[in-house]
Amino acid sequence: MKELKVQPIKDGTVIDHITAGSALKVLNILGISKNPTATVSILMNVKSEKEGKKDIVKIENRELNPKEVDKVALIASNATINIIRNYSVKQKHKVSLPDTIKGIVRCANPNCISNLKEPVEPAFRVVSKNPIKLRCYYCEREMEDVAGNII
Amino acid sequence: MKQGFDGRDIISIKDLTKADIEHIINVSKEMLPIARGEKKSGLLNGKILATLFFEPSTRTRLSFESAMNRLGGNVVGFATSKATSAEKGETLADTIKMADAYSDVIVLRHPNEGAARLASGFSSKPVINAGDGAGQHPTQTLLDLFTVKTEKKRIKGNNIVLVGDLKYGRTVHSLTYALAMFNATLTFVAPETLQMPKEILSHLKEKGIEFRQSSSLENVIPDADVLYVTRIQKERFPDPEEYAKVAGTYRVDLGMLSKAKKDMIIMHPLPRVDEIAPEVDKTRHALYFKQAFNGVPVRMALLSLVLGTVK
Repeated sequence: MKELKVQPIKDGTVIDHITAGSALKVLNILGISKNPTATVSILMNVKSEKEGKKDIVKIENRELNPKEVDKVALIASNATINIIRNYSVKQKHKVSLPDTIKGIVRCANPNCISNLKEPVEPAFRVVSKNPIKLRCYYCEREMEDVAGNII
Repeated sequence: MKQGFDGRDIISIKDLTKADIEHIINVSKEMLPIARGEKKSGLLNGKILATLFFEPSTRTRLSFESAMNRLGGNVVGFATSKATSAEKGETLADTIKMADAYSDVIVLRHPNEGAARLASGFSSKPVINAGDGAGQHPTQTLLDLFTVKTEKKRIKGNNIVLVGDLKYGRTVHSLTYALAMFNATLTFVAPETLQMPKEILSHLKEKGIEFRQSSSLENVIPDADVLYVTRIQKERFPDPEEYAKVAGTYRVDLGMLSKAKKDMIIMHPLPRVDEIAPEVDKTRHALYFKQAFNGVPVRMALLSLVLGTVK
């Protein structure tokens, strides 16, 4: 019988050490699910020595800019980004939260103007990275439940 | 680097430094004779203020309009969102772009938090926040500081007692941040369920500001220099029974003032319901109506500063 498993990719990006169960959210945050031009493999609940279980995302023939991927730290603070060229890791980068977040998370305050039909993207300043705490640029409220408010 | 006022938005008290606030207070003092109508001024001749009030207001709107008129400027605007395009579904961003084209400075009150910050992004003219939902109301804080400063000569060193709804009241939050910049001693009096939020208390601890909390007003009145009373807002309580439990907890009357310092002043952002008995109005302690008047010189100062006619 032919064994089916996810093969190493030749060129592209591997996002490793994603918090188990968060792979689809990661794709959402990166906007990859909206524009699927590349071949994307998703592995969920893979056994991991460090984390017990983790998710992995492999994107073929596309190199993500590590800075662009930093926003993944919002839901998967241990994720690493590996740029693969000709089957070997050319660049490794551990995600770290940027100082500002725009358009990924909505404000938890239902009365915030950014939750109304206005031509603006929600925007936050990162006031604490561990635990993650965001302050809304508009209403100035601080928010801790980030995962629950991802757009 | 020191930021000038010309063209600047006034959105949140946190955007202002201590030096900024001191400058606004000094300019406000110079405006007093004009605010009282004793002196005429053409400082803002030919300038137009747009007052966009999506929510009702008496003092804030009238004092802004009075301030603009006293300085020779003109006012356009509306006092309720009814009969405006907002009722037809226009975005705030579009309304602001229109006001930007028709005026030189915009004053905005809106029921949603963050509205003024959003407006500042769509206007090339300065935007002054006149209250955004339960958010910020910086001009109220500035007139409160101006009142303490003019009555007590300085802000530092005074024991300021804040009483009432300290949990939801936007006025007391902004005022606490500002008083912390000036090293005032703070006392918070509220029922346990309406005490000052933790994040504000930890901000005070970080800044090394002396404060205490109490649920008894009687105990703290004797050493108060300023008693800042606020209304417990009925609209904040989802359950009328919960409101009934705390409503009327604190009422300042003549009996309660018998142990107060002679020069203790009572302030209130108004409107009051029954937290200050009308009999108190005639005492030397009552300063709330003068405080409301102070909105005029302070708003005159702000308008002249952001319009660049006063440096």
